[in-house]
Amino acid sequence: MMSTTSHTSDHPPGARERLPRATRLSARHVALAAALVAAVATGSVLLGAIDLGWQRVLGEVVAQLTGGTSPLSEREAAILWQLRVPRVVLAGLVGAALAGSGAAYQGVFRNPLADPYLLGAAAGAGLGATLVLVVAPGAGHGALGPLPLAAFVGAVGGVALSWVLGRSAGNGTATLVLAGVAVSAFLTAAQTFVQQLRGETLREVYTWMLGGLGTTGWDEVLVVLPYLAAAAVVLCLSGRLLDLLALGDEEAGALGLRPGVVRVVVLAAASLATAAAVAVSGLIGFVGIVVPHLVRLAVAGSYRVVLPLSLLGGAGFLVLADTVARTVLAPAELPVGVITAFAGAPFFALVLRRTRGRVR
Amino acid sequence: MTVAADGSALELRGLSAGYRGRWVVRDVDVAVRRGAWVAVIGPNGAGKSTLLKAVAGLVDHTGEVLLHGEPLSRLGPRARARAVGYAPQTPELPEGLTVTDYVLFGRTPHLGPLARESRADLEIVADALDRLDLSALAHRPLRTLSGGERQRAVLGRALAQRADLLLLDEPTTGLDIGHAQALLDLVDHLRRADGTTVVSTLHDLTLAAQYADELVLVDRGRVVAAGPPADVLTAELLAARYAARVTILTTPDGAPVVAPVR
Repeated sequence: MMSTTSHTSDHPPGARERLPRATRLSARHVALAAALVAAVATGSVLLGAIDLGWQRVLGEVVAQLTGGTSPLSEREAAILWQLRVPRVVLAGLVGAALAGSGAAYQGVFRNPLADPYLLGAAAGAGLGATLVLVVAPGAGHGALGPLPLAAFVGAVGGVALSWVLGRSAGNGTATLVLAGVAVSAFLTAAQTFVQQLRGETLREVYTWMLGGLGTTGWDEVLVVLPYLAAAAVVLCLSGRLLDLLALGDEEAGALGLRPGVVRVVVLAAASLATAAAVAVSGLIGFVGIVVPHLVRLAVAGSYRVVLPLSLLGGAGFLVLADTVARTVLAPAELPVGVITAFAGAPFFALVLRRTRGRVR
Repeated sequence: MTVAADGSALELRGLSAGYRGRWVVRDVDVAVRRGAWVAVIGPNGAGKSTLLKAVAGLVDHTGEVLLHGEPLSRLGPRARARAVGYAPQTPELPEGLTVTDYVLFGRTPHLGPLARESRADLEIVADALDRLDLSALAHRPLRTLSGGERQRAVLGRALAQRADLLLLDEPTTGLDIGHAQALLDLVDHLRRADGTTVVSTLHDLTLAAQYADELVLVDRGRVVAAGPPADVLTAELLAARYAARVTILTTPDGAPVVAPVR
């Protein structure tokens, strides 16, 4: 590849100067995925209860860049910059976090059906959020208020609890999954108990559980961004190591890898990104399974490709799902988790059939 | 043990291995000459694979494993993987990776944890593919390979480690006699060309006798016989250790052939 292509004209195909290519992320795939995300995001910004008109939105963007006068009224500009754009950006960030974390979890657990909620992030976040809704109803739902904070702490706490419990039982991933199941069940039971203490908050609890981006502003974006950025860097650097984990601990160890170290770093990065996403958007299911699998089917199975393209694909997928969620019954909104489940559950079934006999 | 201790590439001294407190392999003393091929033989469950894994540092063990006189226990996992190449008996073949990706795994101990492979690494991979006659399959998905091609890819990965010592755990598993011979010919050619020391387990005693310089017979975790194939492969010893009824024939060029008799 690269400089070798000039050599190939002098040698017959297969000559030694032509080096074999490892599966790697290609610039073409990144460009294609980024273009797709940009297209979906642009469409999403233009769609909404109030039609701003694409020419006028374009005029507003030009005005912002050049300091000229905008064709939009002040109210329309606020709809654009304070409601639509941050919502699309947040949907992209949350989607990227969930899909990238899902791909990372699948690599760590060597199981294509692992998702970022496997170790108790969802149950922990659910308990945290329910506690706030029950104990302090009406407390701020803003990005920096108690609800997202409690959800974040709950998610991180759930994963940490699973990790500690799993480690105490053994070193492998199987015990970790079992610990995740136990912790999730316990935290869900606790959450149900707390929610029964005040029945009138049930609707609010369920709305949060189903996930949504309805109350988004720039604060939420700023909450998620640092975690996602850090996780994205770690995950994109870990592709080769996750491919090695697929060999199993013994073979990976024979090649000089420390599988336990790779697992803890990757799980920490993915779990923090998931917790941040859950904190601002509730529980949005299936993104973490559907997107990595689409990438595997469409491009390649190496985590060097799956991780970065899942980040981009997750962004595109959730922006699209959120657009559907807020337009299909407009002016009413559906929880975006309902849309991803509608699209995701049948897909999940397909993946399950395809991986039949290969799930460990 | 008949192999001379001095000038040995690999030396095992009082090696016990397996699970702490329940050793599968006990008190093994073996020395392997530089560039030699030693085959570990023995009945099922004797501890052959565990012995190899102990040398690769993959199971608990006590005693000493010396490579060129240096204890391997002093090396970290990466340095150890640069010194010892290992091809497992039942390798895991991840979905979605190509033959090149897989052979490139052999370069892992030479790369930093976050490094990308360099042109030099790909040249080493190209060389391994070439020598194993896998170049035409370089970009084929791993899962689509035939049994013989898979075993060659696994060997290619171990070869790409560029280690002085190659551990091959049943490299002919699942291969018919022709493919088994082709693979062992390849190993023999490579070790002679590179001066690599080879320790392999082999369940086919006749093939072991024809390819290895020395045999080490292991039974219930202990070395019960070692030396040139003709000395180890006796009908009495095999009857005692394998509970097998065999007669030992000889090929025209003097190699022993283990023939089962009813």
